[in-house]
Amino acid sequence: MIAVNNIKKGFGDKVVINDVSAVFQTGKCNLIIGTSGSGKTVLMKCLVGLFEPDSGEICYDGQNFSEMSEEQRKELRRSIGMLFQGSALFDSMTVEQNVMFPLDMFTKDNYSEKLKRVNEVLDRVNLKDANKKFPAEISGGMKKRVGIARAIVLNPKYLFCDEPNSGLDPQTSLLIDKLIKEITTEYNITTVVNTHDMNSVMEIGDNIIYMYQGLKEWEGSNKEIIFSKNQRLNDFIFASEFLQEAKEMRILEMKGKIDKDGNIK
Amino acid sequence: MSFFTEFGRYLLMLKGMFSRPENGKMYWKEFMHQCSEIGIGSLGIVVIISVFMGAVSTLQTAYQLVSPFIPLSTIAQIVRDTVILEFSPTLVCIVLAGVVGSKIASELGNMRVSEQIDALEIMGINTKTYLIMPKLLAAIVVIPMLVVISACLGIWGGRLAGTMTGILSGAAFDKGLHQFFKPYNVFFALAKAYTFAFIISSIPAYYGYYVQGGALEIGRASTKSVVVSCVLVLFADYLLAALLL
Repeated sequence: MIAVNNIKKGFGDKVVINDVSAVFQTGKCNLIIGTSGSGKTVLMKCLVGLFEPDSGEICYDGQNFSEMSEEQRKELRRSIGMLFQGSALFDSMTVEQNVMFPLDMFTKDNYSEKLKRVNEVLDRVNLKDANKKFPAEISGGMKKRVGIARAIVLNPKYLFCDEPNSGLDPQTSLLIDKLIKEITTEYNITTVVNTHDMNSVMEIGDNIIYMYQGLKEWEGSNKEIIFSKNQRLNDFIFASEFLQEAKEMRILEMKGKIDKDGNIK
Repeated sequence: MSFFTEFGRYLLMLKGMFSRPENGKMYWKEFMHQCSEIGIGSLGIVVIISVFMGAVSTLQTAYQLVSPFIPLSTIAQIVRDTVILEFSPTLVCIVLAGVVGSKIASELGNMRVSEQIDALEIMGINTKTYLIMPKLLAAIVVIPMLVVISACLGIWGGRLAGTMTGILSGAAFDKGLHQFFKPYNVFFALAKAYTFAFIISSIPAYYGYYVQGGALEIGRASTKSVVVSCVLVLFADYLLAALLL
């Protein structure tokens, strides 16, 4: 579990995160959503320690991250996996080398043991026969899967995904979402996903935090979001007329006033 | 950003490199990779430059020595000292500032922009130690070797040009090479090579590591790193000459 208490972060005069508190539960997909510039990426970077918050505290299973020494942080980071927006794969390494890199760096296993583990995680993300390919030779969706494989190869306790669906087609996005959800449950890890993809919100959002101009505007699950009365959230989630109509239909369906084909009972 | 802020950040970057490696084997692998990249990768251009540099030195020295009272072997002496004292350490390092410097800056810049450096940080790796230190050490080990190779090839190129054009015989050139040779000049050349190696690896590393933005900024950082490295090499060249000669 990751607990965030009253964190603030600004750059110069601009306050990007203003007094945000949240709890990210273990075994659940915790989503941070919001428009561009709402502070969700900065919040995530504060969570993983790439940015130092100006005030407030971040606790990983009760351990205050801000008070940790550099060595303790390094130790904790070995239990963190992160999937980046652009996958952040090492260009000069093959898929296999990319996934093996954390094992090379932090374990004393021999090559065959490491290769076995690499193949296990690549199988887990449904990537076969791509071991010897370079990142430039694979598609965006495959890169994301390699990114996930690299993030989970050391059996992390915490998984962070920064816009995992950006640049992907809807079908591949769903596959990536499904994969993140499965891995979260299977490994019982604390997953934090930063997204503005509505499919992700509805599919995997066990716990959703909506950020607006650096503030936490709303919090709830994907079941609750549909009934939210927060206008800004509704405008953000159900931005198009089509989605508005779909939402209304869904509410009626949930209330039992229409059947699945849209016919009034 | 002011000069002092940049200089302070540069010093902090150098200080940040000194931490215990997470896995010595991986760091050694990276160091050897960089030695190969910097050394083998630049060998071709160093060979070409050195041979022509020596050859042109011989021709131009012969052109300027018109007095019949000066023995021809003096040409070899002048070529030897010019190549060892100035051409090989300075000219080769200025070329290497372009070849190696732009490569280091663009490699690190690309890693920064594509979040690869962030990925390493999140894994718990000190990126300054893992990415910059091996490059710096490799440059300090390999560049003086390149300078020695360059000096040998420069003198050989000078001899080749002298004998091929009939300016002086091989024997006269060899005689000149042994006349008034000061081993201290080799020490001076190596002192310059070590200093320049540090400059042409650390400055581009700084500009590449702290790049912000996209592809355009990587190009800018790369260009700026080469310009600053060249200026600093020339400045250090003067300073070392004033101090050590």
